Amino acid sequence: MNSASAPFDSALFPEGVKRCKFKWFLFWVAVVHGPLMVGVIAMLMCWGLALNVTYLNNNYPFGLWIAADLGIIALGAGAFFTGFLRYIVNIDELKNIVNYAVVIGVVCYAAAQGILGVDIGQPLRGWFIFWHANVHSMLTEVAFCITCYFSVLCIEYLPLILENRQLNKLGFFHGMAHHLHGAMPTIAAVGVFLSFFHQGSLGGVPGVLYGRPFAYREGFLVWPWTFFLFILSAIACGPCFTILCTWITEKCAGKRLVKRNVIDILAKISGRLLVLYLVLKTLDTVYWVVIAEKVGAPLSSFYANQPFGYWVLITELGILGVIPAIILLNAKARQNENILIIACILNCSGIFMNRWIMTVQALAVPVMSFDKFISYRPNWIEYASTLMFVWLGVVVIMLSYRYLPIFPQEKELNPS
Amino acid sequence: MKEVHHKADEHHGAHKKTYKFGMVIDLDKCTGCGACMVACMAENNVPFRKDNSDRLRSNLWMRVYKISNGRPFPDLDISFIPRPCQHCEGSGHHHTPCVSVCPATATDYSHETGIVSQVYTRCFGCRYCMAACPYHVRVFNWWDPTWPKGMEKYLNPDVSVRMRGVVEKCSFCYHRYQRAKNKAYAEGRRELHENEYQTACTQACPAGAITFGDLKNPEHKVYKLKKSRYAFRLLEKLGTNPKVYYVSTRDWVRKAGDAYAGEEPKGVTHVTHA
Repeated sequence: MNSASAPFDSALFPEGVKRCKFKWFLFWVAVVHGPLMVGVIAMLMCWGLALNVTYLNNNYPFGLWIAADLGIIALGAGAFFTGFLRYIVNIDELKNIVNYAVVIGVVCYAAAQGILGVDIGQPLRGWFIFWHANVHSMLTEVAFCITCYFSVLCIEYLPLILENRQLNKLGFFHGMAHHLHGAMPTIAAVGVFLSFFHQGSLGGVPGVLYGRPFAYREGFLVWPWTFFLFILSAIACGPCFTILCTWITEKCAGKRLVKRNVIDILAKISGRLLVLYLVLKTLDTVYWVVIAEKVGAPLSSFYANQPFGYWVLITELGILGVIPAIILLNAKARQNENILIIACILNCSGIFMNRWIMTVQALAVPVMSFDKFISYRPNWIEYASTLMFVWLGVVVIMLSYRYLPIFPQEKELNPS
Repeated sequence: MKEVHHKADEHHGAHKKTYKFGMVIDLDKCTGCGACMVACMAENNVPFRKDNSDRLRSNLWMRVYKISNGRPFPDLDISFIPRPCQHCEGSGHHHTPCVSVCPATATDYSHETGIVSQVYTRCFGCRYCMAACPYHVRVFNWWDPTWPKGMEKYLNPDVSVRMRGVVEKCSFCYHRYQRAKNKAYAEGRRELHENEYQTACTQACPAGAITFGDLKNPEHKVYKLKKSRYAFRLLEKLGTNPKVYYVSTRDWVRKAGDAYAGEEPKGVTHVTHA
């Protein structure tokens, strides 16, 4: 690169890579800040004017926020699962994508906690969950594990920051990054342990609601079957979300960042796990129908009210489950980038839909015979405040991509 | 149903030398006048808004539902179902639905009284308990509580006012229990008389449809009333084991109350009365 034409912040770039002009970078960051600021306004309205500004009500205490929260955490599972595959299973090729998986994980988990902060309406009371913890509540398990795991993710993210070209020149930071890298298998193992528990306990949140036959599941010891299904579905879709984010980043950057064989490994593993999930989910659904019948809740009653008709079940398991599983299992289909990306989108949408069903639809189905079905749709405040964290994540990714060595293969794939 | 009753009786062991307060509501007597709702709101400082018509967001600890058998005149029949908190005890391996899920221990089951409490100062508004309750008894404070000018002087000093962002629900007028207990202690007694502790809705009901007392005390009216062959509880099949019983000689009313929405008796329409 000609030093005269290099952006003025080029000294901060990773060694041997090209980045756009600083003014263009600033322009796109400013563009992203538009919807982000709308989200900030929405968030301040929720905190300042109370939650009456949303479309939530006593019939729908859970809405878009909780569904998005569960969905985002499932998508963020790519971080711990890629770490598990890289450091515990020791699939060496994944070192080329694990950094980015960590960045996505940090973004997802920060977003999830932020959304929860808006959802409760009074985040200053949020610490009660730790101080007055009820050990029998799945939500307590979620809170503790997510907070701890977010700390683990930050520790995993830290060496990436310290490896910034300028920071790394400082001996202390260099040494710290080096030692953190050395400890990464242990850190990853802790992350895996915590993640299994919080992904599972998020499944337990609807699964233990025995007053809601639509959501309730029997299970093993204190864990309903949804506990295990949520773990499995998260590790089945997490890698696909990592692939999707990598693809979007490549399109924005206009260059390849990760070799295809690395992507293929993740896609193949994701496909196999998705098949396993679909088999178990189908068994769970059949068993659930039998159990629900016992308390006088026929399957038809769950799907009697639109928009929650049978199409929901067919779409979740069929279109957004079976189709991506077939694509991801087929080596030839995986080689076609467009088809692979479609599979990833379907897979991630399926998980998101599952989380929506297990939270919002679970509340939509009337329980008492004289209950009315009430429909719910989020309003702009709920959308804007949820998407705010997505935009915030985009900014973090933009900064990370520009200044941190996220993609080890970038230099090799894009020789200057 | 028998099985659930049996399990409930087994739980009596956990209430030795204690109370198990509950309610029996005679639906054949209830006229749907709403006096119980008004009394409840006044007694418990339940906030309301100038336009309180949005039933999905209004704070009603006691709510009266109106149902009909859906038949044309002259076979049309209606019934009103007053619905306070059911104060579920849980059965088998299930705890009270809302108590077990609250992450901050802001709701608790008292083995001394059988009352499900709500600790407003601990609640941080996650609303998980609302999702867990199949009876919709829990309401969220979507607004800050405000009262018309001067009305704040009429608030009940025994009941704390709740701030926005916390969940609240019927407490079986627990403050009245505390008051009655203090009085009994002062008089050197350890037992409460039946009339010493009554909820506001019970006393306000002009038709005498609501009876309140200790469900395990044979001397209390509720003990006999709950054993009526016409008695039932809402959604018994779920195993929540509520302490609010209903009585109706009308078969369709009993079926409507005990049935899950999916097996709703033919013809029952959902009309909500406030």
